[in-house]
Order: sequence, then C-alpha cells, then structure tokens
Amino acid sequence: MSMHDLAIAACALALAIGTGVAAAETPRLGKPVNQTDLAGWDINILPDGTNLPPGSGKAVEGARIYAEKCALCHGDKGQGGHAVRLIGGPPKASLDGGKTIANYWPYATTLFDFIRRAMPFTQPRSLTDQEVYALVAYILAENKLIGADDEINATTLPKVRMPNRDNFVVQFPERM
Amino acid sequence: MSKSGQSARSIDAVADNGLLHRRALLGRGVMLAGAMGAGATGALTSAAAEPLAEAPWSLAPGEVTPPYGRPSRFEKAVIRTVDNPNNEPKGSRARTPHHLLKGTITPNGLHFTIMHGGIPDIDPAQHKLLIHGMVKQPLVFDVDALSRYRMVTRIGFLECGGNSAPLFSSEPIQADVQALHGLASCAEWAGVPLATLLDEAGVDPAAKWIIAEGADAPHLSRSVPLAKVMDDALVAMYQNGERIQPGQGYPMRLYLPGYEGNMNVKFLRRIQVTDQPTMTYFDSKIYTDPLPNGKDTQFDFVQEVKSFITSPSPGLQLREPGLYEISGVAYSGTGRIAKVLVSADGGKSFAEAALDEPRLPKAFTRFAMAWRWDGGPAILQSRAWDEAGNAQPTREQFVAKRGQTSRPASVLGFPGHHFNAITSWAVKPDGEVRHVYA
Repeated sequence: MSMHDLAIAACALALAIGTGVAAAETPRLGKPVNQTDLAGWDINILPDGTNLPPGSGKAVEGARIYAEKCALCHGDKGQGGHAVRLIGGPPKASLDGGKTIANYWPYATTLFDFIRRAMPFTQPRSLTDQEVYALVAYILAENKLIGADDEINATTLPKVRMPNRDNFVVQFPERM
Repeated sequence: MSKSGQSARSIDAVADNGLLHRRALLGRGVMLAGAMGAGATGALTSAAAEPLAEAPWSLAPGEVTPPYGRPSRFEKAVIRTVDNPNNEPKGSRARTPHHLLKGTITPNGLHFTIMHGGIPDIDPAQHKLLIHGMVKQPLVFDVDALSRYRMVTRIGFLECGGNSAPLFSSEPIQADVQALHGLASCAEWAGVPLATLLDEAGVDPAAKWIIAEGADAPHLSRSVPLAKVMDDALVAMYQNGERIQPGQGYPMRLYLPGYEGNMNVKFLRRIQVTDQPTMTYFDSKIYTDPLPNGKDTQFDFVQEVKSFITSPSPGLQLREPGLYEISGVAYSGTGRIAKVLVSADGGKSFAEAALDEPRLPKAFTRFAMAWRWDGGPAILQSRAWDEAGNAQPTREQFVAKRGQTSRPASVLGFPGHHFNAITSWAVKPDGEVRHVYA
C-alpha cells in the first residue's frame, strides 16, 4: 500500500468513525421490548403463513359463527348487504365491480389477517384464533376454494391456491 | 380553432379562444384588459348604486377574540362534503372544496380524510409506536420520546389512490371539483424521519418491506417498500404547525411523500420490518385494479403527475364575458411540476400557464392563466408535466391503458384508482360550467 493509498484509507476510516458518531447522536429513547411483551400486537400474517397462530377450524363451525356475527352485514348467504359480498359473485372482476374472494384475492392468508384485525366491524379483535380459522374455512368452502370438510390451520391455509394469484402485474419497483 | 377565439385574438393571445399572456393578469395589464372586456363603459361616471357610507361593523367594537380562531360566519359554505354523516358501520370520506380555495396549503379542517372504522379518540399519553420484526432490538416509542427527536418539515400533497375515480365512468359525471378531485390536499408536515427510528432498532440487511399498522378499530395495515421508508418517510406529528387532527391520525401518522394516501397509515402504532409484503386487505384487494387486458395492477404506489382547474369549475357560474383567471393545482408523486399547459378550446391549442412559487417536489403547485371569455362555448383543460418528464395523459390515453366502466358510475364509487388524466370543463354561453370528456 502506497502512502497515497494509506492516506485515503485513513480518511475513509475517519469518515466511518465520524458517521458512526453522528448516527449515535440520535436520542435513543426507544424502550427495548421483548417478543413476549409485544405478542399482543404481533398480528401480521405473511402470505407464506408466517405468524399464523396455533388452532384450526372447519366450515361447519364457521357457519355457526358466521350466522351469529357476520350475516347481519354480509348477508345470510354471504351475498353481501350493507357490507361486501363474501361468497360467490361474477367469474371476473372489472371496473364495473365484482372483485370477490374467489375471483380476485391473491392470498387466502389475507382472510385470516383481515378478519382477525378488523372484524366484526363493531367489535374488532373480539374473535378467538379458533373462531377466525373456522370463519376462514367457511368462507373458503362456500367459495369452493377448499372442500366442505377441509380443516384450515397454520399449515393448510397458506397452501390454499387462490385462482387469481398469478394475474397481478406488479407496478413496483419500476415506478418507485 | 373556434371562430370566436380567432376573432377575439389580441396582441396578448397565446392560444385560441381567449387565452392571454400572463401579463394580462398583472398590474396595468389587468386594468386595461378588464376595461376592454367590460366594454369600457362609464369610466368617469360613478357606477355605484349609492354613496359609500359607514357599515354597522365600523361603528361599534366587535366580538371577543377567541382562543382558537375560526373562519367568518359568512364562509359556512367552505366545508368538506361528508358521505357518512351518521357514522354508519362503513367507511367515511370527507372531500376538500378545491373550488373555494386558493393557494397551495389546505387548511387542517378542510384536508380530505378517509376513515375505515370511525375516528379513534386516542390519548397521546397512552399511545405507543412499536418497531419490531427484522431488527436487532424491538423498540417502543411514546409521544414524549418522539418529541425529543429532530423533526423534519416538508410541504407535500396527500392524495387518496381513489381520488378522481368518478372519471373512470363511461359518461362524464356532473359533479363539482370537490366531488371529482376532493380526495387530494396539501399541507406542511413535521415529524421524525422513520429511518432514524429504524436505525436505532437496527434493520436486518435482508429486510425489504415494512408493514405499517394503525391503532384505529380496523387496525389498518399496509406494506411499504423499505427503500421508500429509508428515503423520505416521516412519522408525522404536526400538520400546518399544529398537532395533526384526529381525522388525520392523531397523535401520529406515516407520511410517505407522493405515495397513495391509504399507505400513509394514520394513528401509527406499529412498524414490522419484513422481507416480504403482507398482502393485506388494502394491499391486495382494495388498491389494485382490473386492467383492459384482463390482468390486475398491484403495488401501484406513486400518485402520478396530475392537474385540474379549480376556477372556473362546475358550480362557479361565469356571470358575464370578460377577463378571468383560470387557476388550478398541479402535483406529481415523483417530484416538482415542470410546466402546466392550459387550453380553452378542448385541447386544440395550448399555452403555458404561470406557476406560482415555490414549486416544491411532491407538493401542490398553483398555476394561472389569463383568459378573456367572449361568451362563446369553451372547453377548459390543464395538462401538467413533472420534472422527470412525465406528462399527464389525455383521458383517451389513460383509458386505453387503464380502462373505464361499461356504464355510468356513481359519483361516490371507486371503479378504479390512480386516475390522473386531463379533466375538461365546458363553459356554456350562459356561463354554466359542466364536466365533459373532450
């Protein structure tokens, strides 16, 4: 290494140290939290099934919960009411409407994630994981996406093949 | 080229049908042109109906000065339109009255908002922001802690991905600019760069996304590319100088300059760092659109270059022929506005509008064009370009790419998202302004 290279290396080292010091000069007021304490909020379900909780459900149980907690808004057969349709619908969505779970949603895991975080509308987070699995099974079965007696759990849910999954054209990152 | 435009073409004309050089709107130009437009009648005699006298409010002391100021009682019409006034169990939208505003900053009470489960009443003393996932150390921040951080201030627009959705309709919907384009606003945001907080938590080099989540009832969540977050995302706590209002996400929201509104998660309580998007309900079902070729869009994040004329516009009747200012806003999610062209003959001829300073990146830019309306038919259009060279498409170009409905749509509906094509206002001989496709 020549003296010139050494000088550059020394400058780079100084810069690195300088940057390190600057980065350390934020207030650092975040309080460390462990996984146990944050678990109550850790509700994102990834499309590969990551973070799906223990438990399972079948359509027959889901039908009972649906009638009690969902039908008022989504219709007794899931046909929609003052909330969106959940079961059936047109074969293909268009700008006239008709995006349905069966013809549009790319991932079945989204059902679990959304129902658990946001439903029922007036009492979000009131359903047990077991109830959510059962509701997901009911909706998927009624849409003929799984068999009527299939069990939905952390292993089976990510494997449900949603018909429209490969139909999406990702705009990102080309237009970031 | 219209006959009326041709006959009225003056030395200041810059395009057909009455578009004038900007000097017509400045200083002496206005007086001369105005006098000409009005027919130069009675310049030396008084046209006032009665002598000027003292008004009642000039003859006695006025009202008490309130601790928090409010607009004049005569401005009661300058409000947002709300589509769920009784807070029924569904979404709520409040739209900005662009036709009644000038400048580029939307007042806080008039900033658009969309709620998917009502506005939560959050106690800031109990609100927490959690950062976890692919980080060295999960951290929790409270409002007091974040208030100690260096805050960045920037002016920027916020636009719902579904703004202007009525223009997907196969027929032009007769509605005002508030109903058609009211889900976009512009404000000054101040907050802590999210990158600072992520750096403290120590982001795993393999991470590519964050999932942002709100503390509202739907626990609204969106996937955001980590690169965008590290570039310019803010945990915004102030809007136009004061704490952001509950309808905007009090006590803190994500602000992603130029990205579709829904991703700017309000009531921000959690950031999970991940290597993949969550494909949330809003990621995968709502903010995605069927295309004419049978495919569907996904992760269409940027609000592309757009402009619309706010005055004249539907509901603002032109009372008489004469000199008017055509005024509107232009903005782009990719940067600054470079130029805006205005047409008064439905796009046959265009002239370059004056742009008010400052022209800030990813913010509203106000444009203006002088126009002498001769009382004949006119179709007003604006078309913007951003500094990256992106041109606002014509409606024809846009529809070829993104489609339209097969039957007239509802003004409150959202057939599609990211509509950014040219809007056309037709001025009828009686001065009424209507929405048309041209």
